[in-house]
Amino acid sequence: MNEEIILKEADEQEISINMGPQHPSTHGVLRLVLSLKGEMVQKVEPHCGYIHRGMEKMTESMTYQQIIHLTDRLDYLSAHMNNAAVCLAVEKALDIEVPERVKVIRTIMDELARIASHQLWWCSFGMDLGGLTCFFYGLRDREKILDIFEETTGSRLIQSYYCPGGLMADIHPNFQQKVKEFIKYFRKILPEYDELLSGNIIMMERAKGIGKMSKEEAISFGMTGPSGRGSGFSCDVRKHHPYHAYDKVKFNEVLRTEGDTYARYMVRMDEMRESMNIIEQLIDNIPDGDFAVKMKPIIKLPEGEYYQRVEAARGEFGVYIISKGEKNPYRMKFRSPNFSNLSALDALTRGHKIADLIAIGGSLDYVIPDIDR
Amino acid sequence: MTNQELKDSIAKLEPTATIEEGKQYINVSVAPQKWYNLAKGLKESKELAFDYLFNLTGVDYGDTLGVVYHLESTTYHHVVVIKVATDRQNPQIPTICDIWKTAEFHEREAFDFLGINFTNHPDLRRIFLDEEWSGYPLRKDYDNAANVKF
Repeated sequence: MNEEIILKEADEQEISINMGPQHPSTHGVLRLVLSLKGEMVQKVEPHCGYIHRGMEKMTESMTYQQIIHLTDRLDYLSAHMNNAAVCLAVEKALDIEVPERVKVIRTIMDELARIASHQLWWCSFGMDLGGLTCFFYGLRDREKILDIFEETTGSRLIQSYYCPGGLMADIHPNFQQKVKEFIKYFRKILPEYDELLSGNIIMMERAKGIGKMSKEEAISFGMTGPSGRGSGFSCDVRKHHPYHAYDKVKFNEVLRTEGDTYARYMVRMDEMRESMNIIEQLIDNIPDGDFAVKMKPIIKLPEGEYYQRVEAARGEFGVYIISKGEKNPYRMKFRSPNFSNLSALDALTRGHKIADLIAIGGSLDYVIPDIDR
Repeated sequence: MTNQELKDSIAKLEPTATIEEGKQYINVSVAPQKWYNLAKGLKESKELAFDYLFNLTGVDYGDTLGVVYHLESTTYHHVVVIKVATDRQNPQIPTICDIWKTAEFHEREAFDFLGINFTNHPDLRRIFLDEEWSGYPLRKDYDNAANVKF
């Protein structure tokens, strides 16, 4: 009897609970302060800054070649795309046209990075919901992409492979063959992912109808990438503002209209297939030529403002440079997809159970260094 | 919509704004007092429909502080850049986070790093740095040693 009264009181009273900064499901040092009534979430207040490194301030005393290496460390799973944003901005400012070979290799690398990133998301999403097997499957396959990266770029996670004017080095002689082997392998393996998790009844119960967001709201929150496209927000930078070789390849922008956790999940699964389609169109058609144009050792951007948008694995990544004609930028801003996506977390979770917060957070796929910068 | 039509429509919404065509996007400069109404107009106008704020940057221009807004229409995919400059001693810009919700976090970031006050913001606190942090790091006159304790 006494216990019942205590439980009832707990249900009516609003309590504040601290989740993180050390919590496995936040995938990094993010602290969420939750207001709860019983098990129901009333409000989520993210506290950021635990891994804030002041990168925007650092760029003001760095050269553009050095800044490339900083951008790797934003969203480390989209390192190639982040590098690309800075390189493209610098190339645009200096009116440099990179060789076709560079454009095609960059496109392939970006898409490989997208697949690797979605694989890691899939493992951790499954693990967050209690399916530990996913974690081993996903990492096993991601390893193959990292091996390809290692051979060509020399490193596995943060490659710094692009530089203003082209690439740091040419592709490894084995590159094309290894990529083709991987695609062949992964096309066979991807249905296993679906069998294991996509159609799993426990997963569907926990994801369908959870964390709904309408298209209008998603646009207002600036929720981009697979998270935004799960709500029907057509926000693929590759389609609307093409860069690299994306205007030469055929691919579909994956859109879903349900706007719930399951829709965001399915968008990512289908995006892996689309990425493989893009790679297949290009891998046999890498044009001959130089892998970089010769640049001056000190790059000075003409006075002015430059903005470059790219599609990173988690959404739209943007670089905004204000130059005063010096060798380092006057002001540089990184528009990181995760920061905008995080602003929607409160709206997504209100009225759901605390366990759903884990599923919703997993479906947003946030990388904390990208939020904190 | 061509650039000229875009410029005309924006000029109709706010005649005092200065509009110039940059290398990449159209740049519009507007006074802080006029900004909120222009923002509402940009979002609600049927032919402009700027419903997606994809970037918000606080900048220290030296004499003034400013905020740069990058807006896109998800229907027409045209882009405009709005610049609002404010006084350095008492920097105040009206908030637009009721128009574009993502601005709530981005404005907190600009407040954190540059000390720009966004009037009517529901929850204007530092977002990355400690509450006790002194100074605003992205201002050009920031003392790098100001927060070294040991």
